[in-house]
Amino acid sequence: MWDYSEKVKEHFFSPRNAGALDDANAVGDVGSLNCGDALRLMLKVDPDTETIQDASFQTFGCGSAIASSSALTEIIKGMTLDDALKVSNQDIADYLDGLPPEKMHCSVMGREALHAAVANYRGEEWRDDHEEGALICKCFAIDAVLIEETVRANNLSSVEDVINYTKAGGGCSSCHEGIEEILVKVLAERGETFNPHTVEIKEEAKPAKLTNLQRIKRIETVLEAMRPQLQRDHGDIELVDVDGKTLYVNMTGACSGCQMEALTLQGIQQKLMEDLGEFVKIVPSRAGSLSRAASQP
Amino acid sequence: MDGIYLDNNATTRVDDAVLEAMLPYFTEQFGNPSSMHSFGNKVGLAIKKARLQVQDLLGAEHDSEIIFTSCGTESDSTALLSAIKSNPKKKEIITTSIEHPAVLTLCANLEKEGYKVHTLKVDEKGRLDLDAYARLLSDRVAVVSVMWANNETGTFFPVLEMAEMAHAAGVLFHTDAVQAVGKVPIDLKTSKIDMLSLSGHKLHAPKGIGVLYLRRGVRFRPLLRGGHQERGRRAGTENTASIVGLGKACELAQAAMHHENTEVRRLRDKLEAGILARVPRAFPTGDVTNRLPNTSNIAFEFIEGEAILLLLNKFGIAASSGSACTSGSLEPSHVMRAMGIPYTAAHGTIRFSLSRYTTEAEIDRVIQVTPEIIAQLRKLSPYWGKTGPATEPEKAFAPVYA
Ligand SMILES: Cc1ncc(COP(=O)(O)O)c(C=O)c1O
Ligand code: FES
Repeated sequence: MWDYSEKVKEHFFSPRNAGALDDANAVGDVGSLNCGDALRLMLKVDPDTETIQDASFQTFGCGSAIASSSALTEIIKGMTLDDALKVSNQDIADYLDGLPPEKMHCSVMGREALHAAVANYRGEEWRDDHEEGALICKCFAIDAVLIEETVRANNLSSVEDVINYTKAGGGCSSCHEGIEEILVKVLAERGETFNPHTVEIKEEAKPAKLTNLQRIKRIETVLEAMRPQLQRDHGDIELVDVDGKTLYVNMTGACSGCQMEALTLQGIQQKLMEDLGEFVKIVPSRAGSLSRAASQP
Repeated sequence: MDGIYLDNNATTRVDDAVLEAMLPYFTEQFGNPSSMHSFGNKVGLAIKKARLQVQDLLGAEHDSEIIFTSCGTESDSTALLSAIKSNPKKKEIITTSIEHPAVLTLCANLEKEGYKVHTLKVDEKGRLDLDAYARLLSDRVAVVSVMWANNETGTFFPVLEMAEMAHAAGVLFHTDAVQAVGKVPIDLKTSKIDMLSLSGHKLHAPKGIGVLYLRRGVRFRPLLRGGHQERGRRAGTENTASIVGLGKACELAQAAMHHENTEVRRLRDKLEAGILARVPRAFPTGDVTNRLPNTSNIAFEFIEGEAILLLLNKFGIAASSGSACTSGSLEPSHVMRAMGIPYTAAHGTIRFSLSRYTTEAEIDRVIQVTPEIIAQLRKLSPYWGKTGPATEPEKAFAPVYA
């Protein structure tokens, strides 16, 4: 059975805004019957303000398709059309506390239905441009079509290339056979032959999920690596606390409070994001900085 | 009532008597059957007994035709790879479009290595065209692999007849009988079947034990080489406790064979008729006149199988589905597609598979609950109107295909 979050189950067992919306003035139908998902999104839009006053859905699909549809209607109710268009499939997945990789396409379908509905309201033609293939990499939810197109567009020729361009294959590496098959095929089209060799995964691109401890250690390692540079400028940095995506640090010495602090922090933040593969925000722990600053001779 | 388990084609619970037979082989009877001392000797005798019990259920002529393996998949792989290795000049394989992945995935891989794989099509009820089969048999074919009963619909293939035809053409015949063994009588000594796979966990033995039946005299190349276990045909120290358990399970299956084909069949028929009488736009898949006694596969139109399973599960009912979503693939079950079941129904197929433990009260409960679940989900479906399917459902809702 899928590892669904409580939120997904809750929205599946008691979906919000299900059923036809009789006075809808924006309707988006999307889906693909062969993969068992089809969604009709119905909106009631206030013509003066372009706000979504009401939203409902009908879905032919699995548990997460129904939950994603339900979540989407909850998210966009009360939004203007322009704001609603900014809702990403990741927002839908986040709203549900995440979806299994095999099910990410359910959230994509929600977003597409929204675009289709808005196009319908504005009298535009909506064209679906996303094509979906078999799921190759479960660690990063990447399908065959995306890998194939990336290989073709960028002339890639090795599994490492694919990892660098798409992330696919950069985790547990179980999908390398599948990636190699795509490479063999696309390289053959170019008249080349695929040259297999062992793949060295330098640093796991981003394991599915770090434990808290692993994550903190990882952060410490990055800070450690930057320390010599800071010390050269007579400063230092130390990690004070980690609260979700917010990292509190203590800047000391010459760095503390100096104009460069913001710039330096930005650089460190960038480095951390690259290494962790996720968004983080660095916040100087003021209390710490100030008390240290005061005690400086 | 806690938990109604109707997913016995996926796996079964270990019978209490099987577990009891196994337990000593984890503790006091821990010896290696190959050892010379008395610790090993008793275990060797227990394996011998188990082999006879399996032989008896299969109606095999000799006990040495039974090779213990680690699972049904290993038996399938061993059979096919042995057949092609021992017939290096023959580069063709015949199989069907609705085999288990244990056979189909292997064949797809062999195709990449240059083998020509002929995949027999099935009709809308999952039946083969034996004339088409006859035309493919030739001295270029290394092996035919055809399942005894399909795991999704329970439909039988005429393996006895097909084995005769293969034999007459001088072609090896393998059958994946993982779903059939223990549910229907089998008598291999009077058949022309050369190899047969079975898996313990489908007949109330534990997971991780299987058997390859190999007719005496059939050329064989082992998959695992090493020690002399299983007469050198499957090296590796025996999974003694599970072998003993499988032997016991075969004995119990033999004893329950009549019950399986009368009482279990009656309950299955009651379940199917009960649901079909109460749910509109639902139909059974496969060949209902020629199938396993324990399996019913019903397609519910315009809704999706995983959603049905999640709701059934909420009522403590366990079944399975051929929908794409349950397997994480993009397409519904290859079996449903091969039979040409339309997508709007293929995604809504639910397989109920019973066992000798299934009770009448359980079946009554499922008949009561299922119609409500189906109605609830249809209310959410864009293909379903207020009282029935939208008029011309495919036109009423024609999404932009992603
Ligand atoms: C027809 C068939 N063949 C093979 C297998 C695989 O057996 P095992 O799980 O023991 O490898 C199964 C089990 O799902 C099956 O139903
Ligand atoms: S599945 Fe692709 S790296 Fe794990």
